[in-house]
Amino acid sequence: MGTNTFTKTKGLSLGLLLVVFVFLAVLPTLTQGYLTVLLTDILKFVILTVGWMMFAGPTGYISLATGAFYGLGFYMAAVFNGPLPFAVVIIIAGVAAFVVALLVGALTLRLRAAYFCIFTFALVLLIQSVVMEVERIVTQTRGRFVETETIEAAYWAMFIVAVATLLAAYLIRRSRHGLALQSIGEYEEAAAHSGINIVRTKIVTFAVGSLFMGMAGAIIATRRAYIDPGIAFSMNNTFLPVLMAMFGGMTNLIGPVIGAAVFTYIGEILLTRFPDLYMLIFGVVLILAIVFMPNGIVGLVQDVWRKLRGGRRAPA
Amino acid sequence: MHLLEGQGVTRQFGGLTAVSDVDFYVDQGEIVGLIGPNGAGKTTLFNLISAALKPKPGKIFYKERDITPLPAYKICRMGIARTFQTVKIFPNVPVLRNVMVGSLFGTGRRISSAEAQSKAEEALEFVELSSVKDLPAGDLTLAQQKRLELARALASDPELLLLDELMAGLTPTEVTEAMEAITQIRSRGVTVVMIEHVMQAIMKISDRIIVLDYGKKIAEGTPAEMAANPQVIEVYLGEECDA
Repeated sequence: MGTNTFTKTKGLSLGLLLVVFVFLAVLPTLTQGYLTVLLTDILKFVILTVGWMMFAGPTGYISLATGAFYGLGFYMAAVFNGPLPFAVVIIIAGVAAFVVALLVGALTLRLRAAYFCIFTFALVLLIQSVVMEVERIVTQTRGRFVETETIEAAYWAMFIVAVATLLAAYLIRRSRHGLALQSIGEYEEAAAHSGINIVRTKIVTFAVGSLFMGMAGAIIATRRAYIDPGIAFSMNNTFLPVLMAMFGGMTNLIGPVIGAAVFTYIGEILLTRFPDLYMLIFGVVLILAIVFMPNGIVGLVQDVWRKLRGGRRAPA
Repeated sequence: MHLLEGQGVTRQFGGLTAVSDVDFYVDQGEIVGLIGPNGAGKTTLFNLISAALKPKPGKIFYKERDITPLPAYKICRMGIARTFQTVKIFPNVPVLRNVMVGSLFGTGRRISSAEAQSKAEEALEFVELSSVKDLPAGDLTLAQQKRLELARALASDPELLLLDELMAGLTPTEVTEAMEAITQIRSRGVTVVMIEHVMQAIMKISDRIIVLDYGKKIAEGTPAEMAANPQVIEVYLGEECDA
């Protein structure tokens, strides 16, 4: 993609990235309370969106299981946080989500995209029901208490996981694994006949994305004293990342980050100012975004940029 | 010993028997032409060899190993590469990266990115697409896309190359070039099986021709024998009349 033309912009954005990185790293020491909580929430959605897009972006397979892996993280935190250190709990949650995703992927990724989508949707409901039944029979409770962490601890943990997620997504895109994924997305049959192990490539990517979702879940859980299956496996955590990715644009990694940030913030404002109209306005914003920005915010900016520059890219 | 051998290869789609009890073999270093009227089962046979489909029943052996149960990507890594009748490229991926898919994943061994790239560039050089290697593959003309597919197949270091109507839709000059390319590929030690409707080409460069009709193998032999075979002539004249 015209690497020579954009090296200057690339250097600039790298510097900008560094500034943002440092700012976000020291943020809790500068401010307190609400902003840190809001940013933790934004980072959570960055993780879910980028984790989701790692797999869905290149392959075009829409997974609706994000909430399942995220909720799994909740329960890992409920069980292990306290007895085990916070960092270990996050890792356990990641591994648990990874393993479950491998199993689910092995079962479903032979399916075509539409069936895969429906199955993953059912998976959230399935796991939620299973957890609810197990709790009813074994612990005879509805919810659980979670050992809490401080606002700052949760923020930093979320920040580290978010950086790891972005880094992983970036490295995958650049690697041969990324090329394999993209070719699967563009022509699965040709990819198979060119020597790509399609099923394995898909399953592994799906599981890596899920790993980060589980971690995000474990961190958020420690900010809630009480969880139950309804909270842990809320559909919002499944659908919002998909919408955020569409809203931000899926052609590169900045898209989902911007999508997650803007969407979370808009959601926050709407929820506090117009709690009754929240979903309605949200829906209208989304429809407008899909109609007028088919490639998301990033796509829109790129289009405008290209028009201003007067078509730098050579016509095909 | 044959390089590739099929025994009683059969495949049905609903009530239609696309390939019916076909025995065939391909020897090392041959160019084998696979001909027959439309719907004769040629492409289905390719799909069965490359494991896009599984024969039911029937067995396919490659270097005396039963490859019938293997998935498509393993068949490719073992050294059987193919092109498609309707081109199947990765349209939004640059031409060079398209070919690198073949060299990175198709050779059956761990390969460095640098080596994969030089292999891909070499293959692009061979099909004369070096000048467009940075364009998205979808921007190429159909004839170029066909050459791109050939390059991707070659980049996977095949020992056996299955070409499905490589010459369809090409101008006479391009057909001559394609014929030269195929002869050159063979001289590098790659065995070729080609499906083709361009008769002058297939008659000229094939060592042996297999004729399919309604899923059955009706004849097999040298181009000269096939040209004189009454059954083959009947099948072909029949088709010419319809067309």
